[in-house]
Amino acid sequence: MEPFTTLTAVAAPLWQENIDTDQIISAKELMKPQKTGFGEGLFAGWRYLEGRTENPEFILNRSPYRNAEILVAGPNFGCGSSRENAVWALRDFGIRAVIAPSFSSIFTANCARNGVLVISLAHDVVAALVDEIAPHQATMTVDLLGQRVRTPQGREIAFQVPALEREMLLNGLDAIALTLSWSAEIDAFQARDHVARPWLWT
Amino acid sequence: MGSYFDKVWDAHVIRSVGEIGYLVHIDRHFLHEVSGAISLKGLDAAGLAVRNPRLTFATIDHVVDTHAGRGMTSRIPNGAEFMRELAVRSRSHAIQMFGLDDPRQGIVHVIAPELGLVLPGMTFVCGDSHTCTVGGVGAFAWGIGASDGEHVLATQTIVQTRPKTMRITFDGVMPSGVSAKDLMLAMIGKYGTASGQGYAVEFAGPAIRSLPMEGRLTMCNMAIEFGARTGMVAPDEATYQFLHGRPFAPKAALWDQALEYWQRLAGDEGSICAKEVSFDCRNLAPQITWGTSPEDVIAVDGVIPDPGHAFEGQTREAKRRALSYMGLQGGERLEGVAIDAAFIGSCTNSRLDDLRAAARILRGSRIAPRVRAICTPGSSAVKAAAESEGLHRIFIDAGFEWGEAGCSLCFSAGGDSFKPGARVISTTNRNFEGRQGTGVRSHLASPATVALSAIRGEISDTRKLGV
Repeated sequence: MEPFTTLTAVAAPLWQENIDTDQIISAKELMKPQKTGFGEGLFAGWRYLEGRTENPEFILNRSPYRNAEILVAGPNFGCGSSRENAVWALRDFGIRAVIAPSFSSIFTANCARNGVLVISLAHDVVAALVDEIAPHQATMTVDLLGQRVRTPQGREIAFQVPALEREMLLNGLDAIALTLSWSAEIDAFQARDHVARPWLWT
Repeated sequence: MGSYFDKVWDAHVIRSVGEIGYLVHIDRHFLHEVSGAISLKGLDAAGLAVRNPRLTFATIDHVVDTHAGRGMTSRIPNGAEFMRELAVRSRSHAIQMFGLDDPRQGIVHVIAPELGLVLPGMTFVCGDSHTCTVGGVGAFAWGIGASDGEHVLATQTIVQTRPKTMRITFDGVMPSGVSAKDLMLAMIGKYGTASGQGYAVEFAGPAIRSLPMEGRLTMCNMAIEFGARTGMVAPDEATYQFLHGRPFAPKAALWDQALEYWQRLAGDEGSICAKEVSFDCRNLAPQITWGTSPEDVIAVDGVIPDPGHAFEGQTREAKRRALSYMGLQGGERLEGVAIDAAFIGSCTNSRLDDLRAAARILRGSRIAPRVRAICTPGSSAVKAAAESEGLHRIFIDAGFEWGEAGCSLCFSAGGDSFKPGARVISTTNRNFEGRQGTGVRSHLASPATVALSAIRGEISDTRKLGV
């Protein structure tokens, strides 16, 4: 996993609530038995017109937002299906951080496994951030070390990321390797459980 | 005193991780051909073993064709490759798979309770957001991504934050003619799709206790549409009766030991949840969605809210956009709106009880001439049981297509799709833009409402049947 420390990049506003994972990547776009190569399918239903030509109205088809690495979105972002392809599509497109008032829990977990930073801020704070972003003023900084966002107008906003998630992102840690280092404790738990709940182990 | 969820959680914590994380033991892990194939592929690429293959199961449901007489086929490009990957890699890791030649095949969330593979007090995960369905038997069950699936395969654990607890007590007796689906849609409509965020939600109260297991599974199925980590119903006599004798349920002395454990877990009536909510069921009407989020729901004889008055700011924009997509307007009635298609199936409403409810309405009637209607039972076992009581004849005689078990048209999988822009009434759980096909307008409802609407060719109120 690519470590995440500080990112200064274009932010694209997508100020809608309940953007679900079917919109982020539809079932049709995710049918590849692999974990990469989904960038083209990102928001396909909104991004393309018939014949897969670009819809010039869609934010990520406009300058400078087609180079966005930060997405600023409405509440309940990533609700719906658990498809990790939604995160792979965002990442493959180039998005490294998503800022929104709230996220679905499965989407948040999937982001943490793929080096994508999820930042929850209060609804009015995100709304004000959306208002600041304009084509000539779209660059902002996300600093995970200092847990601060610097807005396009230079305001600083503090955010918090759970310690474990932060450490994993900063160091690009492999979650499985970390857990395997606790194998002895898992062994001990399972040995006790064979006695406590034998019906689970037959 | 800890809630039912607290006791289940505490029994599975192996250690704390960081400030707010915990390493949690997973008792059962189910794989399906889409996310499961990717998890196994990733595991193999990393050269890791499956830690507990006997706690791991697999089935084929997501992209397999569901039309009558299907084989190991998928009309979705690359669908067959996903099925092959799951089959081959499950075999090499000694994971038991219920494939298409197996009478136990079906939608993960339908077969897990049916086979007794999920039990009260268990932790249960699968790479599908509707895994919370099986909370209906009292398990702590939730959906995970493919990478977390890989983590569970390798370690039989997952790292989780401890969710807060919420209990929703459903008071009063549900009027006849309304179902668990109506109850859950109404609850989501009242509180919204994000209100469950961060919570493990327990459904309780007399209306839940009087629901059959199928209804409890339907309620918990849509806990994810409420935004919750999971939904669950503490087990009771109905749960134990439902599970007793199931193929993978404990037998003889082990059953007695398990039963004693479950009764102890479920025992504390006076337990406290961090958030307590109550919901009155007495005046509940059949529900139907009008927008592109499950929270966009009204009583079937109600009026669509006018976004200009009923909502503000960002929500107003979202609801206007939804109505535009749906080809509807605020202030309109849904009852009487013509439909192009009807679908009965999915992990929400494809169990025997659901098919019986639809068949009671369909018996002796024909669907409207221009409507295409499809029923796909949730499992091969549900299909066989329905056929043994003659339900398939009722569906087929009414003009329904009678399919094979799988996720099917819930997300335009299963090798079929509705026509672009079609208006569909559906027993599924998500009315998202494009979910059931390009431009398809989905209205979520109960099996009975879908059946009657198929006959009339328009959205209809089952209470006016006088049955």
